[in-house]
Amino acid sequence: MGRNDNRKKIGWGAANTIAVALTLIPVLWIVSLSFKTPTAIVDANPWPKQWTWSNYSGILQTSQFLRPLLNSMGIGVIATLIAVLLASMAAYAVARLEFPGKQVLIGMALLIAMFPAISLVTPMFSIERALGLFNTWPGLIIPYVAFGLPLGIYILSAFFREIPWELEKAAKMDGATPFQAFTRVIAPLAAPGMVTTAILVFLFCWNEFLFAISFTSTIGARTAPAALAFFSGSSQFTSPTGPIAAAAVVITIPIIIFVLFFQRRIVAGLTSGAVKG
Amino acid sequence: MADIVLDQVTKRFPDGALAVDRISLDIADGEFVILVGPSGCGKSTTLNMIAGLEDITEGELRIGGQVVNDKAPKDRDIAMVFQSYALYPHMTVRENMGFALKLAKNPQSVVDEKVNEAARILDLTQHLERKPANLSGGQRQRVAMGRAIVRDPSAFLMDEPLSNLDAKLRVQMRTEVSRIQRRLGTTMVYVTHDQTEAMTLGDRVAVMRNGLLQQVGAPQELYDRPDNLFVAGFIGSPAMNFMPATVDGGTMHTPLGDAPLSGRVRQALERANAPRDLIVGIRPEAFEDASLVTADARQNGIGFRATIDVLESMGSDVYVYFAKDIERGVDAVELAELARDSGRADTGASGDTVVARIDTATRIREGDDAELWADLRTMHVFDPATGRNITLGGDGRAGGDGSADAPGGDGAVS
Repeated sequence: MGRNDNRKKIGWGAANTIAVALTLIPVLWIVSLSFKTPTAIVDANPWPKQWTWSNYSGILQTSQFLRPLLNSMGIGVIATLIAVLLASMAAYAVARLEFPGKQVLIGMALLIAMFPAISLVTPMFSIERALGLFNTWPGLIIPYVAFGLPLGIYILSAFFREIPWELEKAAKMDGATPFQAFTRVIAPLAAPGMVTTAILVFLFCWNEFLFAISFTSTIGARTAPAALAFFSGSSQFTSPTGPIAAAAVVITIPIIIFVLFFQRRIVAGLTSGAVKG
Repeated sequence: MADIVLDQVTKRFPDGALAVDRISLDIADGEFVILVGPSGCGKSTTLNMIAGLEDITEGELRIGGQVVNDKAPKDRDIAMVFQSYALYPHMTVRENMGFALKLAKNPQSVVDEKVNEAARILDLTQHLERKPANLSGGQRQRVAMGRAIVRDPSAFLMDEPLSNLDAKLRVQMRTEVSRIQRRLGTTMVYVTHDQTEAMTLGDRVAVMRNGLLQQVGAPQELYDRPDNLFVAGFIGSPAMNFMPATVDGGTMHTPLGDAPLSGRVRQALERANAPRDLIVGIRPEAFEDASLVTADARQNGIGFRATIDVLESMGSDVYVYFAKDIERGVDAVELAELARDSGRADTGASGDTVVARIDTATRIREGDDAELWADLRTMHVFDPATGRNITLGGDGRAGGDGSADAPGGDGAVS
């Protein structure tokens, strides 16, 4: 039996190693590129022979990267806050109330989530131009909220459904107004769901590329992933591979920290409602 | 402190279902009233309407003389204990109990003082800083009670507060609830489906069925003088035995045997213009091992023979079960409903088993063809069509006639 166990362990270990390696290789490659000198970029060495910080110091000194980084954070945080606030109210209604059009609302939310974003780019480009939203923060925040909402409503309504309704009745009997019952009893209990939703929506905003590159024209509103595409080399004959790699690493770091920190919450959010807690 | 008056209160759900049908009930200040009935009888809906968690379709609800139909729960000054306790999982016991006081903007010192006082009464002091998840069932139940007590409300509403506890703890907490209510002297409305709880706890018990109030009275009164078949069958454990009977001149034919009609029963039947076919109800304790009954007493009832199916010795009493051909003829809707509620319809146990509680001095054994005796002085006679208790008097209400049917001593309840 002991041998059997060992064999199993080795088998699983090997499988895990392969899976992790496959996912990590592109990341490590980018990290490796970001530390290479421009001439070493195209050599066949998987690891830089000569380590350099110049790619990092270069991008961290130019507003071509710092400003988009700020945009990314600002747009991401604002869009996340709005999406979670709206989603929690909508999800509460979906979970607790019977109202005409409830199924339609849920259906619409799902529809939006599944709509191919590329098909929206052209009409939205015209709309944003007409409304003066083009190349502004709101011009990205609004579509991000729209795409973050369905996700938020789905996750949060699952959380709200798990909160016993009697708690709300108890709060009412204890003298709470409906708003107090929501803010002091229901919302704290759904807080894990809200955190999860916030993380997922923020990750979506942070990583989003298509809208970011379509609805912006300057670094005034361009987010970091889009800004990478506009990096230029020091002369027109040098490719900006090193700086792009360095910037990619920089914008990935917050994600890695986020995920490590909130790993359990994210999994909980994605599987909530699947099993009884 | 306040009285609660339900005046023709009706609840009709949007889908048209009539959950509560014109209930009128006066609950005096400081009184402990139990709403009891099988599931779906409207007792919880009634409680929720008093609480303000359900709208009242028609009728008037007054608390302390004020009409509160349209008042929000928080403006009614009542506290409620839920079946699931509904403790706030993210708050400690202290925060749970103090939540209402905090919402009412009491200063922290007042909140602390009241919570500590309630915790002392309920023996929860050492658990104040714990979260509900770390408490046992009984402790959670006490926290739920504490949450109601700290508010010092004008009335307590309890929705089956003990049904989630195991049997032993339930009996303990039953005593506890009774003690707390007496100590605080606060009006209490208590909903349960358990007739034992109803009998042991309340000053008065209101029996409901299908949204209608069947009878309201002191537990002993409901037991001795049930208005109708449903109350007779619902109150008492083991339940009253029902069997068909036919009246022929001065004689009543029952599956147990024939007996001459007593003067009182005959008068009651005549006054009620009763049909020939009737249902009689005899409580288990009205039976006795015939060999233990003196010859004098025997003339008050009928002796008969029966094969004992099952004999249960409870120590203080002996229950014997025997079959009599009584199913045929007892087909009132009330009884069918009672059978459904008690689960008898599901277990497949036939309705023609009679339960008798007899003295432990008996020598009867399981399987014996025993000679038994039934005291007919406490017998109730029901009209199968209406379910009304004919022996109680013409109007079906507790009248002067009924008490004469009760054995000595029991007449003192009313």
